[in-house]
Amino acid sequence: MASLKELKDRIASVKSTQKITKAKKMVAAAKLRRAQMAAEAARPYASQMEKVMASLASKVSIDENSSKLLAGTGKLDTHLLVVATSDRGLCGAFNANIVKEARLKAEKLLAEGHKVLFYMVGRKGIPIIKRFYPGQILKHFDTSTVKAPGYEEAKAIAADLTALVEEGKFDVAHLFYGKFKSALVQEPTVQQIIPIAVQDGAIAESEGAVDYEPDEEEILAALLPRNLTTQIFGALLENNASEQGASMTAMDNATRNAGDLIDNLTIVYNRSRQAAITTELIEIIAGAEAL
Amino acid sequence: MANLHFELVTPEKLVRSDDVFMVVVPGTEGDFGVLANHAPVMSTIRDADLVIYATEGGAPETISVRGGFAEVNDKGLTVLAEAIS
Repeated sequence: MASLKELKDRIASVKSTQKITKAKKMVAAAKLRRAQMAAEAARPYASQMEKVMASLASKVSIDENSSKLLAGTGKLDTHLLVVATSDRGLCGAFNANIVKEARLKAEKLLAEGHKVLFYMVGRKGIPIIKRFYPGQILKHFDTSTVKAPGYEEAKAIAADLTALVEEGKFDVAHLFYGKFKSALVQEPTVQQIIPIAVQDGAIAESEGAVDYEPDEEEILAALLPRNLTTQIFGALLENNASEQGASMTAMDNATRNAGDLIDNLTIVYNRSRQAAITTELIEIIAGAEAL
Repeated sequence: MANLHFELVTPEKLVRSDDVFMVVVPGTEGDFGVLANHAPVMSTIRDADLVIYATEGGAPETISVRGGFAEVNDKGLTVLAEAIS
């Protein structure tokens, strides 16, 4: 049995841990609201962009001169997995889930005989990927210097990816991130970003003679990188909201667990204190009786 | 005369969504004014000022936009800009 002093120290230590998790939970809750608002505010742009892309892509014929972002490289050999994770921990299984999804995909692609490379966004996924696929991380895009990844970062990532596909470093790119469902549920999601996946449903929408200025090809060429940026930006925002949501839930659990632990320890502490007092009393009484 | 429905969207948010009289869009191949019931057009835009006339003959309001494109369809004018200032 631990001594009273040890128990007391233990309780104090758990209490201070609880203070930290509680603070982190409240910070995450505040950040979550902001992140969620940002994610929602970005939706009109993304949906508009998607509509326009779909109607344009259906009008332009794909030939060998088409942009690689639209047509791909004509091969399916090398797959680049863009894995977006967070820079900070204390968010439960959030990062682990995204990486797990990426590993599943990687295993599937490897089994099919494709080559797999990784492009890491955020710090937390790197150690795991490094362990399982040493030497296959093409690049790490550092987002830890900014508070929350924004459009500028998305733009830089998109430019990077475009340059890499032009160099022929990969043929197909998939983006992994945590889609925000609610503060409790974050869904690891995979999305093909290069070449772009055009949804069939959206095409038939804008019929009629539309004037293009300049012509379709040129507009499309201008839009493709922007569309890629928008998709990455959307993913980063979702990821940020998910991270905060996961963090909030994880920290809430941790706070509750710490509370339980404190209760149990307090009971043990009180019992041993009483036992000590009783022993002392018995000793005194026994001593008095002996006289 | 019916008003033109005008939306200005950036990646961060929906900046404007109003009914206005006319908007002059700085297209890549030249500025063009969009009134209500304009024929469908899609154009990329230069880094320049959007000029918005809320009412006919009223004082114009300018918003400078960077990188993007404008689309006119039967619902109105939508300008997607990368950044505004």
